[in-house]
Amino acid sequence: MTLADLKRGQHAVITDVSSKEIPLKLLEMGCLPGNSVELVAISSFSDPMYLNINGSHLAIRKETANHILIASIDE
Amino acid sequence: MSKQINVALIGNPNTGKTSVFNALTGLNQKVGNYPGITVDKKEGTCKLADGTKAHILDLPGTYSLNASSLDENVVIELLLNRNDKNFPDVAVVVTDVENLKRNLLLFTQIKDLEIPTVLAINMSDRMAYKGISLDIPYLESQLETKIALISTRKNNGISELKELIAKYDSLSTKPCLNASSIDPEYFDSLKKAFPDQLLYKLWLVITQDVNFGKTDRATIEAVNNFKTKSETDLKRLQQKETIKRYQFINNTLKKGQTIDLANAKDFRIKIDRILTHKVWGYVIFFFILLLMFQAVYDWATYPADLIDLGFSNLADWVKNTLPAGAFTNLLAEGIIAGIGGIMVFIPPIAFLFLFISILEESGYMSRVVFLMDRLMRRFGLSGKSVVPLISGNACAIPAVMAARNIESWKERLITILVTPFTTCSARLPVYVIIIALVIPEGTFLGLSYQALTLMSLYALGFLTAVFAAFILNKILKIKSKSYFVIEMPSYKMPLLKNVGLTVLEKTKTFVFEAGKIILAISIVLWFLASYGPGEQFNNAEAIVTERHPNLSEDELNDLVAEHKLEHSYIGIIGKGMEPVIQPLGYDWKIGIGLVTSFAAREVFVGTLATIYSIGSANDIEDEDEAMSTIKNRMAEETHSDGTKVFTLASGISLLLFYAFAMQCMSTLAVVKRETNSWKWPSLQLVFMSGFAYIVALIAFQVLK
Repeated sequence: MTLADLKRGQHAVITDVSSKEIPLKLLEMGCLPGNSVELVAISSFSDPMYLNINGSHLAIRKETANHILIASIDE
Repeated sequence: MSKQINVALIGNPNTGKTSVFNALTGLNQKVGNYPGITVDKKEGTCKLADGTKAHILDLPGTYSLNASSLDENVVIELLLNRNDKNFPDVAVVVTDVENLKRNLLLFTQIKDLEIPTVLAINMSDRMAYKGISLDIPYLESQLETKIALISTRKNNGISELKELIAKYDSLSTKPCLNASSIDPEYFDSLKKAFPDQLLYKLWLVITQDVNFGKTDRATIEAVNNFKTKSETDLKRLQQKETIKRYQFINNTLKKGQTIDLANAKDFRIKIDRILTHKVWGYVIFFFILLLMFQAVYDWATYPADLIDLGFSNLADWVKNTLPAGAFTNLLAEGIIAGIGGIMVFIPPIAFLFLFISILEESGYMSRVVFLMDRLMRRFGLSGKSVVPLISGNACAIPAVMAARNIESWKERLITILVTPFTTCSARLPVYVIIIALVIPEGTFLGLSYQALTLMSLYALGFLTAVFAAFILNKILKIKSKSYFVIEMPSYKMPLLKNVGLTVLEKTKTFVFEAGKIILAISIVLWFLASYGPGEQFNNAEAIVTERHPNLSEDELNDLVAEHKLEHSYIGIIGKGMEPVIQPLGYDWKIGIGLVTSFAAREVFVGTLATIYSIGSANDIEDEDEAMSTIKNRMAEETHSDGTKVFTLASGISLLLFYAFAMQCMSTLAVVKRETNSWKWPSLQLVFMSGFAYIVALIAFQVLK
């Protein structure tokens, strides 16, 4: 399951980040394996996604979210 | 002699770094440029308790020392170069208490450079509200630093921060973690190769290429040859480094920070539910835009009218006080009228910057970016293009620079290329005077035709920008990774001081830059118009008298002045280009206005004023005519066959020409610097102006 599949209000934990596709800047903003992530809101056409990653609030595009693997912790 | 020390303010975006800078320096600050690049350099001074003078440099906000943009690169260049005259004696890392975890990443990197560092934890007034408490002594020992708990909002802790800065030489320079443990072998070999250099500095120089590739390596030249790892490996190591730093930070904060979630409140989520709503979000944004334009084009007219009155009184006073003659005319109708023409735009520009800075300070601008990203992407733009496209309505120069934080090169380039289509305030003087001349009075649905025309011109500028982006997106074959990340900061009440200083600074820059150009051009024009070669100019009186022997002296003087102007240098240039602009409905005097407008559009009105003031000799004697404004002069202008120069057809043609043409050297210069090539500004100049010519030509031929 990737971050792009996350539903609004759902919580998850980042399990892996594709180092080739994800720029360092995103990692530095907290998008790292082991950190928690929550989908706060989505824009029209469900893109971009507004996330709370490890206490940092940021928005990324769906195509980027596709490269971030997560494990849901809600179910 | 009192001692002076260098202080650098460093921090993530949205940590209130600029507020700290403003709190420390007050009005003792100035904004300049780093040599050769257009990154704003904010510096100021402050007096410390012991009499030391602190020179404070507000570095661009950055998330880490791994640069991914020109702005961020400035920070690294400075911190890596101990010989730089601004190299800090002490670094103040500004952090936000709510985002301490993320903000400390940069702090640990700075510590690795062994620079004396103070940790300023800002927004401490929010701690109770967020249920945060900190164990300061523990954090100070773990982070090897001194901590100042401050709140720029409540003005707390600033004097404590100053005390820590003053005692900078007692600060520890020990790193707080050992970053080289991510690959001991590699770092050992580095150390052996360059025993005199700081290990972390070497690592930064080696890895900058991976992300950005702009570091000036003069200091450690040999590093160029030390490349034992591939780019992918280096990137992986950087990731490892980031993870390691976060581990250290997490462990430190686990003990040093407690967050009582039961007492924490977060209004951000609640507000965002409305402001980023799929429907209401856009409705609210639309109304904010409406309010903004209402302020700029309605409220701003009251102060603007006062300024206008002041300058026309000044011009009259000059004309009535100084001895009559060409120089007085230049002063009163060229220079004063030209400068006055710019001063009138202080209120709308100030209002526009006021709105933009409130939107940014409050955190709302990030939500607009979030809302608009998907829509803008269809046109090859980014959500972040919204900021340049809005600021472009004030001035294209800061707008083009604001495109800098767009990550994708293609999206950024398109934004830069289309931003000059938006209606910058320099077009306003031209629009206002032409509209007043050619658009009839009358109302439609309660709005005057004149106001409607102005609004249409704004819409036209914006739509053309978006349409041009759409075309460019199809044409430009640039492979660039589309990637986008924006922080959604918590909402904050904008600080009056920050907003005020921004508005002051931006408005000042506009006025001085425009003022300089206008002054220079007025004087050059005046010379070119007052002198000419050959018989026709030098013997104008004899020639005209011979042709019209039966005129009164007044009429004769007017004709002589007109004749002289036609045969002056400027007249010769203007007449030379007349065949090109005649199909657009312009005479040679407008042609001169067009030419000078390529320096800056707002020069147009002043140019015509200067030319007309020389073109008629007798206005001082006639009380009514002495009061006449540029507008009346323009209304009276006729072609040689007696028809009016400014008609509906030529007026509309002129408006459209100004809407589309690329007539601003400063913008071209900024585009050159931002794109690092002459190719893009040249394309802008040729295509925008060519398009303007064709549209104006069609408009005139159809309407005539």
